Amino acid sequence: MSQFLPALVSILFHGLAYAMVLYLAAVGLSVTMGLMGFANLAHGVFAMAGGYLTITLMAALGVGFLPALAVAILAVAAASVVLERTLYARLYTASEIDQVLFTIGLVYMATAAATFFWGPSPQHLALPAALQGDIPLVGRQFPTYRAFVIVMGFATALGLWAGIERTRFGAMIRAAVDNRAMARSVGIDTDRLFSLTFALGGGLAALGGGIGAEILSIHPAYAIEHLVYFLIVVAVGGMGSIRGPFFAALLLGIGDTACKYLFPEIGAVFIYIALFILLLWRPAGLFGRA
Amino acid sequence: MARLGTLLCALAFGATVAATPPARAAETVKVGVILAYSGQAAASVKQMDEAINLYMKLHGKELGDTKLDLIRRDDTGPNPDMAKRLARELITRDKVNLLAGFYFTPNINAVAPLATEAKVPVIIMNAATSASIRLSPYLVRVSQTLWQQSYPLGQWAGHHGIKRAYIAVTDYGPGHDAEAAFARGFTEAGGTVVGHVEMPLKNADYVPFLQRIKDEKPDALFVFVPGSRDAAALMRAYSDLGLAAAGVRLIGTGDIVPDNELAEMGNVPDGVVTIGLYSAVADRPANKAFVAAWKAEYGPDAVPSPFAVGAWDGMAAIFHVVKAQHGKIDPDRTMQLLKGWRDDDSPRGPIMIDPQTRDIVQNMYIRKLERVNGKLANVEVETIPMVQDPWPKLNPPK
Repeated sequence: MSQFLPALVSILFHGLAYAMVLYLAAVGLSVTMGLMGFANLAHGVFAMAGGYLTITLMAALGVGFLPALAVAILAVAAASVVLERTLYARLYTASEIDQVLFTIGLVYMATAAATFFWGPSPQHLALPAALQGDIPLVGRQFPTYRAFVIVMGFATALGLWAGIERTRFGAMIRAAVDNRAMARSVGIDTDRLFSLTFALGGGLAALGGGIGAEILSIHPAYAIEHLVYFLIVVAVGGMGSIRGPFFAALLLGIGDTACKYLFPEIGAVFIYIALFILLLWRPAGLFGRA
Repeated sequence: MARLGTLLCALAFGATVAATPPARAAETVKVGVILAYSGQAAASVKQMDEAINLYMKLHGKELGDTKLDLIRRDDTGPNPDMAKRLARELITRDKVNLLAGFYFTPNINAVAPLATEAKVPVIIMNAATSASIRLSPYLVRVSQTLWQQSYPLGQWAGHHGIKRAYIAVTDYGPGHDAEAAFARGFTEAGGTVVGHVEMPLKNADYVPFLQRIKDEKPDALFVFVPGSRDAAALMRAYSDLGLAAAGVRLIGTGDIVPDNELAEMGNVPDGVVTIGLYSAVADRPANKAFVAAWKAEYGPDAVPSPFAVGAWDGMAAIFHVVKAQHGKIDPDRTMQLLKGWRDDDSPRGPIMIDPQTRDIVQNMYIRKLERVNGKLANVEVETIPMVQDPWPKLNPPK
């Protein structure tokens, strides 16, 4: 029994760190799918790009971790607007299968490009000294870096929530998710809103990819390999929701970690069983509207 | 991905063919190379492909008039269906004389029946599950087996002050072999296995598994994971969680410390002991020449890995059978030539194909992960000469 509390803390800690990376990488996908009804399977590419940019800026130009992360987020957000305007916008009215084929094509192109520029090996993120080492927590040592990821994840979730619930821009997004035609008829420029939201989603993914590079390592197959987890977070959370992916990521991150820790034999299938049961119970996700 | 890979390969191949002047009425030997060019093992497979190209470049002239056509296909990962389809196409459409490559065990297992049916000899350049070799009389393995590594390492650990060990392996054929072999060697040498875990093949983060192991406080953790991304993630989890400081030594097969990826592994704690068939810093003259040729071709920072050596020796085996038959490949004669084939000058030391099992016999080296001139390297500290795969003796054919 003396082992129970420390074990619980371990599970919560590592589960939270994993959950925050999943959340950051996937929340943008939830918003764009809910808002635009666009099945953007290439969302992971933005996370991957964020990771590669952060690592490269640090290694090649000697930029610090946080400035590199900030530049990566801005660069990916800007690039995602360009992509949205030039490519995605053409497919808003296309069928879902066209959207899926198009975005999967983008994933393959990104994979090939990443292999070309960085090679197939996973890239190592050289953490600053302040994030190396351990911090004590309830009688155990935990990696400082993962604690940082958790704090950043919560801060981002809080900021997003405030932004969506408390600002005019947020209200416009919510209005457009609820009823696009009505939102347009009351004078909301939905095209511009889409671009901005797309940029926000891309930037958040870049944050997740960059900050989580030591948890989900950055390599060319990143976007396809983690796609299923991003989609699970979105499906369980409910499309178009901001809160949904947060709780979905918590549930999956902590649940997955707990199973791997407590019942490693079945640890790998937990996430799929949980998805199955949750979607049977709530087909539209935890916070989605049927 | 597969299609893109195939397309690129086809384009690259077409370009090579177009650039080569027509041969003068010579024999052409076609070799289908099936490897996981994309996906989780891409980094290791790139090494294998580079070894194949370098071997062709340095030794191509030895074939004289005979032309060696390598037809490369991407099986994308542990993907038996795809490997089998590719092998069938290579055999029926391209009419290959030999098959080679195979990074993942499930893939070679799926292809083995085709090799028997079509009588196409297969040179396994990586996949390391012992039992695979029995699936067809047309298979030869030039890489290694997990038993060959893990059984002697278990004995070494038991004789070097490790009393309690925890086993963590990837949950598929080679992992099961590694676990059984290490447990057997270790308990025979007086050690106790205090726990074991089989981790999923598609797994991004090893921290939850290793945290559990840290809490059990064993003397050592024995690990097998497939190379590339998994090796880096495993090592990172080991250093992040401070297992070394907690008194848990990390030991494992060479797969967790691929020579070419050490530079990108970050802060790896000292004292990791592995067993392996090859280290890039080994002192043998044949290896020095090999590493020099590698650096001349791929740049001063390039380092060959054991995967590269598997493919390199696979090419040596292919050249052996092609030269001996002057380009006219007969499947059964090829198998006769491969059984008992030996090369005393491989970069990894002397190697031989056991005529009974068709599996490789080779030295195994105990290595310590240390910094040499500031760079992490696997320094060989002990040699176990000419190790046969222990598995067939323990599991005689029924």
